[in-house]
Amino acid sequence: MALYDARRRSNTIVMGLCVAASAFGLAFLVLILLALLWNGLAGLTPSVFIEMTPPPGSSGGLLNAILGSLIMTVLGVAFGAPLGMLAGTYMAEYGRYSKLTFFVRFINDILLSAPSIIVGLFVYEVIVVRMGHFSGIAGAIALAVIVVPVVVRTTEDMLLLVPGPLREAATALGLPRSHMIIRVAYRAARAGLVTGVLLAVARVSGETAPLLFTALNNQFLSTNLNAPMASVPAVIFQFALSPYRDWQQLAWTGALIITFAVLALSITARVLARQRIAK
Amino acid sequence: MSLVMDVPAAQSMSRSDLPEKVSVRHLSFFYGETQALKSISLPLHRNEVTAFIGPSGCGKSTLLRVLNRMYDLYPNQRAEGEVLLDGENILSPDQDLNLLRARVGMVFQKPTPFPMSIYDNIAFGIKLYERMNKAELDRRVEEALRGAALWNEVKDKLGASGLSLSGGQQQRLCIARTVAIHPEVILFDEPCSALDPISTAKIEELIDELSEQYTIAIVTHNMQQAARVSEYTAFMYLGELIEFDRTRRVFTSPEKKQTQDYITGRFG
Repeated sequence: MALYDARRRSNTIVMGLCVAASAFGLAFLVLILLALLWNGLAGLTPSVFIEMTPPPGSSGGLLNAILGSLIMTVLGVAFGAPLGMLAGTYMAEYGRYSKLTFFVRFINDILLSAPSIIVGLFVYEVIVVRMGHFSGIAGAIALAVIVVPVVVRTTEDMLLLVPGPLREAATALGLPRSHMIIRVAYRAARAGLVTGVLLAVARVSGETAPLLFTALNNQFLSTNLNAPMASVPAVIFQFALSPYRDWQQLAWTGALIITFAVLALSITARVLARQRIAK
Repeated sequence: MSLVMDVPAAQSMSRSDLPEKVSVRHLSFFYGETQALKSISLPLHRNEVTAFIGPSGCGKSTLLRVLNRMYDLYPNQRAEGEVLLDGENILSPDQDLNLLRARVGMVFQKPTPFPMSIYDNIAFGIKLYERMNKAELDRRVEEALRGAALWNEVKDKLGASGLSLSGGQQQRLCIARTVAIHPEVILFDEPCSALDPISTAKIEELIDELSEQYTIAIVTHNMQQAARVSEYTAFMYLGELIEFDRTRRVFTSPEKKQTQDYITGRFG
């Protein structure tokens, strides 16, 4: 019995440590969210959504930044997600056993953890310098470069989860590989694939560094992809560093909006992922 | 694609007198360096059920997976020798694999309904090879489901997900899906090992009925099942074919001692 008691004691200790570590991590998250709510809610008025970013000292909103963020995120995902899905499909289906897949996976993992500021610099060199000016399209491309590795990874992982027998069953009916992938494998992995894209959206919608080098910022409402474009993270960056009270307030509100938008996306992704498991 | 369906018909006229639908000749199979089949030769007789029995790892599933070249999905697997389907070697490199698999259907150990409706599970394969209107397609789906003795259980919920059915029903759905595209040979890879006795009895009855129209090969671990459903039995051991004969003969007076030991439960 002494042995059993010792085991119980060590179990209690380890469990206590685990709980403490989780609480420690969670506490910071809660503190951040509380600070955001506390400081951000104060400035959350309708004008945030209908007015442009103001010059110091006058009132305004974030409409140009929100719109710019939406445009660049949608474009970035529209460029990056199909590319990532095609590459992930190659890796999981056509080239599962090939050396190329091994190589691509390795590179992709590096890209996945590359600092986003490097992506910004890369697009700056390749596009902004050649165009001669900052632009919304350069921002969208920078975001696309960040989207690709995320989607490649989730697409490959989700397709690898599709059971082999299902693939064999489709093949045994005489389905060409492309049909098998589109009609059976994609369908079986659908929720996971959507989740991957949503996670990529969540990831890029908070990115600042790559946009500072590419889309820069724009004080005015602009949907011109060939001109600098505002974005919420870039505005937060600029306004939070400024000495003006009302700019700082807008930065807090922008941070609140973006955090909850990402939170909503993540929850949607989770719910979809759960549906996949439930089936 | 009506061409696809005409070919078998034309062949059956000239070759239906051949008793052997499939002839396996000196077939060897390798997983990388490991040899899993050692110069196997046996026939599959037209419109008869042939059972492959033997202990785990004897190569019976491997043999089955050569017959529709399922192994082609994987790298480092290769077959040597000949497998003649109506006299044509299906191992030849210029064999069209999709057409081969449309002629040689396969039902797997675990039911594998596709993540779509019951109706689409069946219509899906048909639409791949034949163009037809909705009414004709409806008829074919019904015919397939009746053929798999599933129609009465699902006719009111054809739009429900194939995954909502019970295990035995799912397996019959997979059989329906296979017969829907009118194959000539059907391969069963331990089709009942994940099912309860009642579902098993239904599937066995079905296999018996299907053998009137199709040439069937079945891999099974269950010797009573082999005895019940098959006309011919092949006993395999360690990649070799030990004995092939009429099932009655194999089970009552086997020629080889190994066969007798296995079917009487002394090893394996």
